[in-house]
Amino acid sequence: MADSTATAAKAAEARAAEATAAATKDTRRPVRFRGGGFVPQSRRWIGLAVFIILLLATEAGTRSGFISNLTLPRPSDVLATFVELFQSGLLWKHLLPSVSRLIVGALLGATVGIGVGIMIGLFSLVRAGLVPLVAAIFPIPKIALLPLFVIWFGIDEGSKYALIAFGTFTPTVVATYGAVDNVDRTLIRMGQSFSLTWFSIVRKIVLPGAMPGILSGLRVSLAIAIILLVAAEMLGAEYGIGAYILEAGALYDLERLFVGVTILSILGICVSAALTQIEKHLLRWRV
Amino acid sequence: MDLQLENIGHSYDGLTVLQDISLNIPTGKIVCVVGPSGCGKSTLLRLIGGLEQPTSGQVLQLGSPPAHSINPLTYVFQDFALLPWRTVEGNISLVLEDHHLNASDIKTIIDDVLARTKLSDFRVALPRQLSGGMKQRVAIARALAVNPAVMLMDEPLSALDSQTRELLMDDLIGLWIREKFTAVYVTHNLNEAVRLGHSIVILSRRPGQIREVVDIDLPLDQRRPGDPELESKQQHLWQMMRDEAEAADKELISG
Repeated sequence: MADSTATAAKAAEARAAEATAAATKDTRRPVRFRGGGFVPQSRRWIGLAVFIILLLATEAGTRSGFISNLTLPRPSDVLATFVELFQSGLLWKHLLPSVSRLIVGALLGATVGIGVGIMIGLFSLVRAGLVPLVAAIFPIPKIALLPLFVIWFGIDEGSKYALIAFGTFTPTVVATYGAVDNVDRTLIRMGQSFSLTWFSIVRKIVLPGAMPGILSGLRVSLAIAIILLVAAEMLGAEYGIGAYILEAGALYDLERLFVGVTILSILGICVSAALTQIEKHLLRWRV
Repeated sequence: MDLQLENIGHSYDGLTVLQDISLNIPTGKIVCVVGPSGCGKSTLLRLIGGLEQPTSGQVLQLGSPPAHSINPLTYVFQDFALLPWRTVEGNISLVLEDHHLNASDIKTIIDDVLARTKLSDFRVALPRQLSGGMKQRVAIARALAVNPAVMLMDEPLSALDSQTRELLMDDLIGLWIREKFTAVYVTHNLNEAVRLGHSIVILSRRPGQIREVVDIDLPLDQRRPGDPELESKQQHLWQMMRDEAEAADKELISG
């Protein structure tokens, strides 16, 4: 009895082994690869290529008459207008006041914003008092307040600085206190456990820990600053990129309009590149 | 300096985590605290070092810490707690900067602790360049730098793989042999406890109470892995903890 079951089991085993052997012979193939992807990879020149292709397509379209001159200006004409602007010396006359407004306004807004953001992050009382206020101010289109700023700070540079500063302030505050909240609490406990002073903990642990968040917040804030720069200059500025664009727009001079817009784009790229350099320097410890 | 815990009890929002813990931590000894997860081991350690206040009872210092001790009660954390933006050297100098030491003193101390933890070649490395074991060595060097009267070690080897753990245990024993520091060593690893502890405190599951204190008299430098006395002690500890751990495992995590 026991013997027969044992033989049966043995036979079954042999059959199973045979079956697997046959299966392996028929269907021996490599395991299908299904990983990979979902990782951003650096493709250096693609961005530039897309840009150039778009420009060339526009150029070809406008030249062939497929795109009418009223719809889009010819890129080569825009370039010619830019060269003209540069040669006449007007470029610097427009650019310098704009850049100085941007620097003063954004510096003011970002500094105060970072300061207030850190205070909110550190003190519950400040947080309770100011977070609702910031939330209330954030969605207001700051451009709508321009007339008010003109009354408060005068029609000259003051109101322009104020508008840019105010617009940079709110996103910086939100990014900064978020960054402070995200600082690893175990590092702060560590500081306390070694009896570091409160000030040391803030300066040596909280601030560097919040720096990545603050810098990425600045990217957004500074882009907003450029938008507001133009808005501010559209109202009562003799020189400035905004004034230049407004004038071109009023005359339907599309070439000049596009020159102005291109200058703003380049300005944005420069600011972003500068921030990348700052990040590279300040956040060397990451990655 | 001895530490004495008197009827420590602690609760979070009405949930009692620790109950009636009384314990002596004698100078120059390593006291291990073991217990099932969630029994309040780490909380107890935070209470001892003054990072949290007990709901009842008190932690007492008997005698004053040695004069050269910069930070008498010093922690070593499970996740190392190194500042990622500071080098090895910078992480150690961080804890010395607030104590009115001059630059040459700081340098001497850093040189000394780096040599003791075999880190002299890694002075300017950033934490991200180091393996887990090296990071914990840096954290231990940092703790040694302030000349602690009592080291409070919160599962210092739990984030490391078993080979690294074995190496670091040898290092810790070496450090203790060189200079007999006092330590409270919290762990859930019974092997670490029997290798490093002069006495082992077993906590019950929540609310954590002391179930038993086991003393091991064998000197630290004679404790080898696989030693029959240690094995039997470890077996004894496990018998005691097994049911507790099983019951603790089945509990719902509240709050």
